[in-house]
Amino acid sequence: MRTRPIGLTPSEQAKSGYASTNPYLDKSGGKYAAEIANPLNYSFILVIAMMAGALISAILRGGVPKSERVMPPVWRANFGDAPWKRYLASFGAGFLVLYGARLAGGCTSGHMMSGMMQTALSGYIFSAGVFLIAIPAALYLFRQEG
Amino acid sequence: MQIVLAILIGAAFGFVLDRVGATNPNYIIKMLNLSDLHLMKTILAGIGVASILMFAGLLIGLVDPGHLSVKTAYGGVFLGGILLGLGFAISGYCPGTGLTAMATGRIDALVFVIGGLVGAAAYMLTYSAFAGTALLEEIAGGKSTLGPVSGTEYPALLNVMPGEWIGLLVGIAFVLVAWMLPQRVSTRKRQAVPAE
Repeated sequence: MRTRPIGLTPSEQAKSGYASTNPYLDKSGGKYAAEIANPLNYSFILVIAMMAGALISAILRGGVPKSERVMPPVWRANFGDAPWKRYLASFGAGFLVLYGARLAGGCTSGHMMSGMMQTALSGYIFSAGVFLIAIPAALYLFRQEG
Repeated sequence: MQIVLAILIGAAFGFVLDRVGATNPNYIIKMLNLSDLHLMKTILAGIGVASILMFAGLLIGLVDPGHLSVKTAYGGVFLGGILLGLGFAISGYCPGTGLTAMATGRIDALVFVIGGLVGAAAYMLTYSAFAGTALLEEIAGGKSTLGPVSGTEYPALLNVMPGEWIGLLVGIAFVLVAWMLPQRVSTRKRQAVPAE
């Protein structure tokens, strides 16, 4: 019985017996095609359970304050109250984050946490890329601390 | 059994992400603009402790080396990290914390997740532009670790001592850095928060 290190963005694994006409879904022996054919797989259940765990924790601490559900205070201090600005930025950021995670073959959990704890070279390379841009970008975008 | 583990590990991970404040984009952004490093300290300590426990477990035979799962290193890992880092700074969310923040009722996180689904689909459709290029080519042995870990076939970057010992030392270093990092490094004056 083998579990996988925690990670939200899929990485390659062994041959699956599945294939797809899409080259991305077909790579790594059709592993992603297999996961689409069997949606109740480990990764999907892990994500659903994570959301349930976070929800339980949030309920136990009294929930997210209403004023913070649309945007965090640090955003409001820098970009004002308009929800559409925050939504537009969140949509674009989500696009960048997942596109980047797919290209990198992992995300903050898989590369940074699970990767660096195993002393994986890929984890260090990924984390260097993330913080090299994230810290200057945040310093530039969020001058007011909120 | 695997599914039971996915439920237990996932629920614990999601619960703790919320407890340490990682589902709160305010903490993520304030970590990245260096005005509140508490979350950075938590993450580094978490990685360090996990490393120490795992490599100590490997050394005394409590952990099966087959549980390790090292991802491949290639140029796209760095470029992907850059793209992810930019979106991470703008939104204060990464894939895991975006989903869990959405579950706690944050609407901007829901929009982030929708943008993420579109981004993931866009990668799937543009993947053939990357396939076969140098960007996806393995570097430094591919699935390399710092030192050789016995019971695995991962290539080692350094052959000076067993990878388990390097892992222990790196884990201790992570914990020390977490411990010594200041709460804030930004030299800016704190701004008064305008009344809402």
